[in-house]
Amino acid sequence: MSLRGLSPRFWISATLIIVIVLIALLGPLLVSIDPNATIGGLYDRPRCCGTMLLGTDNEGQSVLANLVYGTRTSLIVGLLAGVIATVIGLLIGLVSGYRGGWIDDLLTAVTNVGLAIPAIVVIILVSVSLPKRNIYTLALVIGLTAWFWVARAVRAQASSVRTREHIDVARLSGAGFWSILARDILPYLLSYVVMAAVLQVSGAILFESTLSLLGLGPGDATSLGTMLYWAIAWGSVRTGAWWAFVPPTLMLTLIVFSLLLLQSSLNEVFNPRLRRGRAARKKTKLSAADEEAIERSRPEVVGAAGLLETPASSGTEAR
Amino acid sequence: MALAKYLGRKLAWTVVVFFVALVLNFLLPRLIPGNPVDAIVGQLARGGGTGGEQLQQVHEHFMEEFGLNKPLWQQFFIYVGHVLTGDFGTSFGQYPASVNHLIGQALPWSVAIQLPAIVVGWCIGNMLGAIAAFKGGWLDRGAFVSSLFFSSVPPFALAILLLFVVAVKGGVLPVGGAYSFGLSPEWSAAFFGDAITYFWLPFWSLVLVFIGGQAVGMRSMAIYELGSDYVNYNRGLGVRDGITVRYIFRNAMLPQFTGLGLSIAALISGGLITELVFSYPGLGTLLFNAIGQNDYPVIQAITLLITLAVLFANFAVDVLTGFIDPRIRAAQSGER
Repeated sequence: MSLRGLSPRFWISATLIIVIVLIALLGPLLVSIDPNATIGGLYDRPRCCGTMLLGTDNEGQSVLANLVYGTRTSLIVGLLAGVIATVIGLLIGLVSGYRGGWIDDLLTAVTNVGLAIPAIVVIILVSVSLPKRNIYTLALVIGLTAWFWVARAVRAQASSVRTREHIDVARLSGAGFWSILARDILPYLLSYVVMAAVLQVSGAILFESTLSLLGLGPGDATSLGTMLYWAIAWGSVRTGAWWAFVPPTLMLTLIVFSLLLLQSSLNEVFNPRLRRGRAARKKTKLSAADEEAIERSRPEVVGAAGLLETPASSGTEAR
Repeated sequence: MALAKYLGRKLAWTVVVFFVALVLNFLLPRLIPGNPVDAIVGQLARGGGTGGEQLQQVHEHFMEEFGLNKPLWQQFFIYVGHVLTGDFGTSFGQYPASVNHLIGQALPWSVAIQLPAIVVGWCIGNMLGAIAAFKGGWLDRGAFVSSLFFSSVPPFALAILLLFVVAVKGGVLPVGGAYSFGLSPEWSAAFFGDAITYFWLPFWSLVLVFIGGQAVGMRSMAIYELGSDYVNYNRGLGVRDGITVRYIFRNAMLPQFTGLGLSIAALISGGLITELVFSYPGLGTLLFNAIGQNDYPVIQAITLLITLAVLFANFAVDVLTGFIDPRIRAAQSGER
């Protein structure tokens, strides 16, 4: 896959994500103010340049410092929870899809029950009961309640890969259970797993901010959600202190939006059937000779796949 | 009969899941070290205002109500008994008030805002997605990117921005709450006319987010269908576009319909936060206050209600799918 084949959507989202990560990594170093230090009064207006660039919040703390630290917290929680959920879902899905039998039945039942009970309910109940909440327990709780989706989808795909011939070959040549899972089945699902992980991260960031807004945020760190919690609890929206709530709102939106954009552009890369607009545009730019050359260089398509691709793309062009 | 079998299986499944949810709802808050009653009474004592004798009374009341001096399995049966008779107990935070009373006040507001938002958003979103997929070109690109944007904006973020721009800065609609100060809820035209002005903002902020999600889903479903075998076959036969489009939409609609059941949990949780932002007096605001006061009975009642609503919505979607989709009657009954 060459880099040129990636859509502008991919580049936009990748750039946005890199910028956000840089803010989270370098921001706390560049903005050398303690987010917990009081540097002004209640909702001081933003003044140009320096520590007061975004004014102060309800406790007289710098909104700018809180914003960069909050971004870092939200990303940490999102990444941790996303990785936990993806790994658990992947393991359970692979084992239950490949193994089959009673293990499959059991794991599928657990997965389905988990899918049917709203995750937010379990997360609220657990968070309320936790004696101390920090960002790691929060990430753990979110990760442990979010893997069911991944498990179900991975199981479906793993059980279809299981019947392919190369698995039989691997088994005949004496490959072990885990080796078959990792080397003969996993590669087929990898594109899906990458996309699922991206979705899980954005979902976890949303969950974290939802919980923080309800007052169940991490007790030891500022996150974008806790900033909003204080902004709403202290009526900054009503009094028009926009600097207290617009930055975290926009930052959260930006994070989630760029992650979803990344996911959808990856989906287009991995899933050629969704890639209709670009293919059609490319064709109009090429001359007839170019097209012929491409046609010749393309391997002969055998069977139904050849029938499928061509009329579909010409059909979309016609409209 | 296949359909009856299908419905029976779905019902049994729903009951099983409800039971698991009930166990979780019972067990999770009891995992706290110590017992919640001691914690809450301690908190009351610190806050002052309540005398020693009264505290003793409160403490005994809750120990009795939850049966906390009995073994865990007996507590569970007490809990299930209360839930099945529709009794959610007494609130910690607003002591003598019953949870049923608090929920009864909040629930109608939540239903009034979320149910219409879900229905309207679903209809508009699917139409938009289908049109975008079929027309293609700039309309598609514009609709897709803006839907993606609206579906990825956290619901509360859109709510906060709308509240600020429209109500606080624009002054077009009232800022928060559900009706003007001085009025009390009643069935009259005057009250309705007043309440509806408070209704629009939270309503539209929910609808916009939902339209986005549905449109994105419908668009990709329709594009998928556009490339499928039967569409090509129809083209080869020279069937008119109009008829093919009808087939496409009927096929693309079904996953969207089942998707409604799956996305209902996210919608409800988004709705709760939206209520909170607008201080709409629904379950979201109640939950927020309950969490602030460690009011376990109220929290537990709300989480159970959310679970019930989600399970019911899923069951309703399953039942309707069974009637709409002829393949279910044939295929699903044979499937495990």
